[in-house]
Amino acid sequence: MSIDRRRFLAISAASITGAFLAACGSDGPPGSGKFLAWTEKRNEPVERFLFRHTSMDRVPAGAREAGAAFPKYYVSDDVPVWDEAARGPWTLEVSGLVDHPLTLSLADLQRLPTVSQRVNHYCVEGWTAVADWTGTRVSELARLAGARPEARCVDFASFDDGYHESWDLASAMHPQTLIAWAMDGKPLTPGHGAPARVHSPIKLGYKNTKYLVRVQFLAHRNGGYWSDQGYEWYGGT
Amino acid sequence: MPTRHHWMVRVTHWVNAFALTLMVASGLRIFNAYPAFARKGETFCCYPFAGHPVPDWLTFGGWLAGARHWHFAAMWLLVANGLAYLGFVYLHGEWRDLVPRRGQLRDAWEMLRFYLFVRKDHPHQGKHNALQRAAYFALPVFGAVAVVSGIAIWKPVTLGWLTRLLGGYVWARYWHFLAMLAIVALSAVHVFMVFAVDPYSLRGMITGGYDEAKSPEARNARPFWWRRPAPAAAPSAPEAK
Repeated sequence: MSIDRRRFLAISAASITGAFLAACGSDGPPGSGKFLAWTEKRNEPVERFLFRHTSMDRVPAGAREAGAAFPKYYVSDDVPVWDEAARGPWTLEVSGLVDHPLTLSLADLQRLPTVSQRVNHYCVEGWTAVADWTGTRVSELARLAGARPEARCVDFASFDDGYHESWDLASAMHPQTLIAWAMDGKPLTPGHGAPARVHSPIKLGYKNTKYLVRVQFLAHRNGGYWSDQGYEWYGGT
Repeated sequence: MPTRHHWMVRVTHWVNAFALTLMVASGLRIFNAYPAFARKGETFCCYPFAGHPVPDWLTFGGWLAGARHWHFAAMWLLVANGLAYLGFVYLHGEWRDLVPRRGQLRDAWEMLRFYLFVRKDHPHQGKHNALQRAAYFALPVFGAVAVVSGIAIWKPVTLGWLTRLLGGYVWARYWHFLAMLAIVALSAVHVFMVFAVDPYSLRGMITGGYDEAKSPEARNARPFWWRRPAPAAAPSAPEAK
């Protein structure tokens, strides 16, 4: 059997278009979830290998602070606000694999060594926003609480409807990873995670838990709100 | 019949087509999560379509997280395959048919003159004509820009020196987007020319077989040459059956 050129062209074009349409707009072929989970697991060691405590985020000269344009995200239906009448004064719990578990009031937290930094916020969606963040390094909390050597991960939990994200220890100990209570020189507003939140340029935005209530040192990773739904657990920048 | 393309070139060509399709489509899905370039609170000079997502049917991965997983999986295939191809054409000598050579501009001008019906006969410029050389040489260059800018926006802090070299995250993301556009544009022209000028090359890229008697040079082929009445001197197009 022979086909002429026109027929050949028509068949080729039709098959290519068909294959393309079949693949597009979908999540991929069945079973791809397992494959992608495998590739994510293979990518993580590469990302950990590239990680350096000395790699610092720097904001380009001339970049403007986002200010009011800084997006406000939370998972509750309404802006989460700590209800002091119902829950008592807000405290931050530092617990897990530590020698001295801590319960810090906001004033306690603010008495700790303070760092201010002008850094980018890298959202998984692709946008960045510049702000000045003031707070205490997570490494400072680890030192104060006496984190044990077997701690390999840190879980940051919030009062925002169960939101939490766990991190690898190295990223949590990065000098730019803060428990921040002020943004652009003013106390955090409810829209940005008041009274205190995690902020670091070293991880994507969704890893930066807002409305923080607990910092827990763990031997193993503990997933996270978005990590459990399919976003990368590592989420490093 | 002599082999038109070494099997390494044929295999890496189709793997590249597959990996590029995955990368572009998943990349567009990622782009749609923020179809703009400006830092929050700023404007960006150079993208007039900010805020307009690309149509869903051009994207792959289903949602942002899925597309990111596909993007970070297919990137290894794209890079490994690209390096295998470049390593092969370098060591095996095929690069001689692909890099621009002396007289490149003059040859390209002659090809343009031929395609615009100013010149009657198809210039003979070796395995690939000057326009093809330009395209096949530019593609890996744009590919390298895409890979380097991609790494810069994947690890903008860890590899901050690279991101800063490209003008910062916002610009690196823009270079990544432009490199993609260039690759897509080149590929579109490439596919068009395959079907419009040299459909026999399709066989050359699959089995390797190629009949020089049917080459565009021998047939004096311009885009959609078979739609034009054959000039008396040139062999006529076969009748459709």
